[in-house]
Amino acid sequence: MAADQPAIRLTGLTKTFGAVNAVDGVDLDIAEGEFFSMLGPSGSGKTTVLRLIAGFEQPTSGTVSLFGQDVTDRAPFDRDVNTVFQDYALFPHMSVLDNVAYGLRVRGMPRRERHALAREALATVRLEGYGDRKPGQLSGGQRQRVALARATVVRPKALLLDEPLGALDLKLREQMQVELKELQRELGITFIFVTHDQEEALTLSDRIAVFNEGRIEQLGSPAEIYDKPVSPFVAAFVGTSNILDDTLSRLVLGRGGIHSVRPEKMSIGREDTAIHTDREVAGVLAEVIYVGSSTRLIVDLDIGTRVTVLEQNDADRVGEDERGSRVRVGWDERDTVALAAAPIPADDLPLLTRPEPATR
Amino acid sequence: MRLSSLARGLLAAITIVVLAAIYLPLVVVLVNSFSTSTSLTWPPPGFTLEWWVKAFGNAGALDAVLTSVQVALAATVISLVLGTLASLALQRFEFFGREAVSLLVILPIALPGIITGIALNNAFRTILGLQLSIVTVIVAHATFCIVTVFNNVIARLRLLGTSYEDASADLGAGVWTTFRLITFPQLRSALFAGGLLAFALSFDEIIVTTFTAGSSVKTLPLWILDNLFRPNQAPVVNVIAVVLVLVSIVPIYIAQRIAGAEKIAR
Repeated sequence: MAADQPAIRLTGLTKTFGAVNAVDGVDLDIAEGEFFSMLGPSGSGKTTVLRLIAGFEQPTSGTVSLFGQDVTDRAPFDRDVNTVFQDYALFPHMSVLDNVAYGLRVRGMPRRERHALAREALATVRLEGYGDRKPGQLSGGQRQRVALARATVVRPKALLLDEPLGALDLKLREQMQVELKELQRELGITFIFVTHDQEEALTLSDRIAVFNEGRIEQLGSPAEIYDKPVSPFVAAFVGTSNILDDTLSRLVLGRGGIHSVRPEKMSIGREDTAIHTDREVAGVLAEVIYVGSSTRLIVDLDIGTRVTVLEQNDADRVGEDERGSRVRVGWDERDTVALAAAPIPADDLPLLTRPEPATR
Repeated sequence: MRLSSLARGLLAAITIVVLAAIYLPLVVVLVNSFSTSTSLTWPPPGFTLEWWVKAFGNAGALDAVLTSVQVALAATVISLVLGTLASLALQRFEFFGREAVSLLVILPIALPGIITGIALNNAFRTILGLQLSIVTVIVAHATFCIVTVFNNVIARLRLLGTSYEDASADLGAGVWTTFRLITFPQLRSALFAGGLLAFALSFDEIIVTTFTAGSSVKTLPLWILDNLFRPNQAPVVNVIAVVLVLVSIVPIYIAQRIAGAEKIAR
């Protein structure tokens, strides 16, 4: 296995269900040991890509390679990847220990050995002593951990996670995010994480692929995705963005094209105060929403659009009682991101260019 | 939901009438099995155990019970195997003609028994050139017993979904291992329920049996029909009927207990 071999390589991957292109020509390299997220709204094709990698679906065209080996035609049991399912899919008629030991059992490992390894795996997910219970007797978070233990005890080369935290409540989610990250570091294997939660993707990932309508709209580090979205879709889907269309851009920036500015990059001041930014626009404060650590201010600009400004809460902030008053909104040139007008085929974007086919 | 006391009283009355209509005749049979009258007269003129003694010494009746059990067991086993395979194929795989096959599997239960009987009688004797025997009865019964197993198993497969099987394959298990360790254990109670129904269906079948049994094979329903109107046999038939009622309560009770236990476990 060459060192420069990607853990997973997808080439021209396409999957059609009836008349629908669920996955539409996806090219992607995922490195060994990478925490890689596939982010997108439901129906964007991210889960189908995961199922194609696992082997539950056959691609209409294109190939899936694991560590340089073409596995497109192999059955799921013949691929060195394991999946943590959205609904966990723990076998209800088996004890927790037997669930975790299942992968070892079907590989023919004797009972004593596999139970020892399964107990170890349960310990790494902090579930010692739960081995004799049935999955039905566990809480959501515990089931989640059992599913993780079951998928990792067989030492896969990559772990596929299909919205694994989707069923958990917020507190548990945040806790499991930390545990996932730790587990990935500990195991040192590739994690491919499917989610529709942009915050989750930004928090956990080394790299993110943003999916839209079966294609990868943008591929990059969390910072690249967040700070330099390439399209209105990415700008709007990942976090909140104030989008200036062509007309507004000409008006405010003096140049054409579509631009976006993050709410937290904008400043707001009363009409009579200077805010010292490159761009300044006047408007009327429409709504003030207090969200704890910060305040979200909605402003109707005189140029005919509505923007959201996020301000840290400090003493001199514009207050709720000023709703309806005239304000100024400003931002710096460097926080203005130029967006491509429409989704652009992956091959045409510098960010998305695949590495040259390596000399093998 | 709250009901007025009038509605509740009315519903209770209807329930009692319906249950009485079902079970009082069975009580009559039970009482008659101890009656000194041989012609099923009511009320019974006296009490005797004579028929019970006779019934357990009646070679014809005992033979018929044995034959029926053999037929029902064999038909049930065939149905379990073929019904499970058919439901797996139709629920888990896509292939040309799937809908048609699905309909064809279920159809026999809807066909009038007399049609099935005549058709099979014809096919066995004139086309295949077979002697009617216990084997032809078993095959005939299996044609419609499959449906109960098929329906039970396919409903369970639909309920289970494919995620357990996906997970098993994902963890390295081949198709057969997945069936043995994951699918089959979760089908067990559906197979039990389907098998029980298949057994019951075969055990009291009379029309198809008439056409496919020939003269040498006497299942219990055939024997009862033959003997019901013979004056000295009628009370014995009553005894057999009572025994059958008692025997059939047991599996139904077990099936209910299993269903109840599963509901709690889920």
